[in-house]
Amino acid sequence: MDIAVNILLTIATAATPLLIAAIGELVVERSGVLNLGVEGMMIMGAVGGFGAGYLTGSPWIGLLAAIIVGALFSLLFAVMTLSLATNQVATGLSLTLLGLGLSGMIGTSFVGQPGVRLPNLDIPGVSSIPVVGKLIFGQDPVFYISIALTAAVMWFMFKTRTGLTLRSIGDSHTSAHALGIKVIRYRYLAVMFGGACAGLAGGHLSLVYTPQWVENMSAGRGWIALALVVFASWRPWRVLAGAYIFGAVWIGQLHAQAFGIPVPSQFLSSLPYLATIVVLVLISRNKRLTMMNTPASLGQPFVPDR
Amino acid sequence: MMRIELVKRPQRSALFSMLSPFIAFALTIIAGAIMFALLGVNPLNAFEIYFVEPVSQVWQLHELAIKAAPLILIAVGLSVCYRANIWNIGAEGQFIFGAIFGSIIPVLFPQFEGPLVIPLMLLLGMVGGAFYASIPALLKTRFSTNEILTSLMLVYVAQLFLDWLVRGPWRDPQGHGFPQTVQFGDSAVLPELMPDAGRANWGFVFALVAAVLVWLMMSRMLKGFEVRVLGSSPRAGRFAGFGFNRMVFFTFLLSGALAGLAGISEVSGAIGQLQPVISPGYGFTAIIVAFLGRLNPLGIVAAGLVLALTYLGGEAVQSALGISDKVARVFQGMLLFFVLGCDTLIHYRIRLIGMALTKPNGAAQLEAAPKLEEAR
Repeated sequence: MDIAVNILLTIATAATPLLIAAIGELVVERSGVLNLGVEGMMIMGAVGGFGAGYLTGSPWIGLLAAIIVGALFSLLFAVMTLSLATNQVATGLSLTLLGLGLSGMIGTSFVGQPGVRLPNLDIPGVSSIPVVGKLIFGQDPVFYISIALTAAVMWFMFKTRTGLTLRSIGDSHTSAHALGIKVIRYRYLAVMFGGACAGLAGGHLSLVYTPQWVENMSAGRGWIALALVVFASWRPWRVLAGAYIFGAVWIGQLHAQAFGIPVPSQFLSSLPYLATIVVLVLISRNKRLTMMNTPASLGQPFVPDR
Repeated sequence: MMRIELVKRPQRSALFSMLSPFIAFALTIIAGAIMFALLGVNPLNAFEIYFVEPVSQVWQLHELAIKAAPLILIAVGLSVCYRANIWNIGAEGQFIFGAIFGSIIPVLFPQFEGPLVIPLMLLLGMVGGAFYASIPALLKTRFSTNEILTSLMLVYVAQLFLDWLVRGPWRDPQGHGFPQTVQFGDSAVLPELMPDAGRANWGFVFALVAAVLVWLMMSRMLKGFEVRVLGSSPRAGRFAGFGFNRMVFFTFLLSGALAGLAGISEVSGAIGQLQPVISPGYGFTAIIVAFLGRLNPLGIVAAGLVLALTYLGGEAVQSALGISDKVARVFQGMLLFFVLGCDTLIHYRIRLIGMALTKPNGAAQLEAAPKLEEAR
């Protein structure tokens, strides 16, 4: 029983950064912007979070720093694609390349240093209830943030007027503009929200998941988060489900390696990436469904005319 | 508070089309100077070590050519993809598969020698790269799966596959347990161009030939026209009878084959065996090369040399100043950012508007009024 609980706990820990980054990107894409820089913003959040935590000794300051670094880094993308109307695919790619390089340079002195870890929530009495106690009341704080974030985005997207406006911008920026909606302003905020989320996801990696700094420690999670948004056909609760499926694949292959299953470890390590491809194929096979759900202006630059 | 406003030019500016890479490079230098100053290094001194010293002797120019060859080969292929608005970003994986396929002969059949070995290896390398690139192409055409994500995911898979090969079945039994294959035999090593002067090998020649051939194709042949039409207006392309699915396969196979050729040239020329890591991110840096070269094969040759210099410079500042060689990646990333930003100038004029001084609505009305009168 204990083993099962532990596996479930690690799945939640592996799924949390995917969920947060994907929820952020979902909001960005719903506004009609495709930011392929998730991996770069995530790794910047990871190095910023680790650095701030390491220098101040406080994991909470680290987490805050991760969020701020992610949002600021995404601002770079926003200025380029929204104010200068550059190609979103190329700009997003360059954000990832720059983030991977910059984080490696900033993090040189952090390699091998002991990090700080966010403590797990521990409510005396309640957290020690068998099974449920640990699963529901004994996880790291970011886990709760991720769940709350998903619920908040669901409510915002589909129950508020601002959410409706955001979705309308994603479906037709010219119509929204004609109605007097500040398309660019909305998109700036959406992109920065996505950046803050990716930063937080990175902070989770370097302050909770493995409290240390390792170069390229995001290991493609930003790209998987991007795939999750497609997989979820831009719906928050499906992102939640997808993140946990991928968390399970990630943890499953680690456990399989530990158990010494007679398959080369490299094949097991490649499972999350192969699973991503398979899932993308399965979801995109249904063209009508994909067409229906994709924000219609996704990836198209918008220059307001006057 | 300043606001940026874009005003569309009546036609694309030929001046900025030419100037933009140079402005971008200048901006990168300025940003780089700030970065070096923040790191506590005299920027002038750092720039000399970064950009001048690595190319001040003949043998160093050869090293530059070695680094530039794979970048140019890959970027030339990618430029065709991007012109067609097809996003292959998995060249790194195709590079690795080219290296693996090409290495089949020297690793599994080392007794096979002679002048045929190298051509066969190069051919296999191209087949390997094209094969690996055909996966995202197939998924895109059959299931309309997003090629950006699939081609990128396949990079991780290729890296792990290579890792398994050199630690497992292909490991050199006499290699003292090091994760590497046997050293390639003499007839499996890509010859050097001028062995007396430096290490540069035929890979650089392949890169130049590929650039010229692709340039001819893009500017003089129907296929190139097809690529450009489908890229800028898929609807017009369909009316002209150009098949989109065929184009996806064509661009992926071409760029995959060139990346594969780069892979086997690198392994057979510069490295001489397979190792767990055979590329310092050539496949990704080549994306920057393609854009810096304005997606034009001849521009890409120049851009490839510049980006190769950033690699050498990164190594140089690391050994001379003790700065992380990640500095190279930062330079590369900044360069791409500035190029993309400057490209905006080709299609738009940029106006800065001070928001604090004028009330936007009032100002707009004032501006609009005379225009209305003119219209009448």
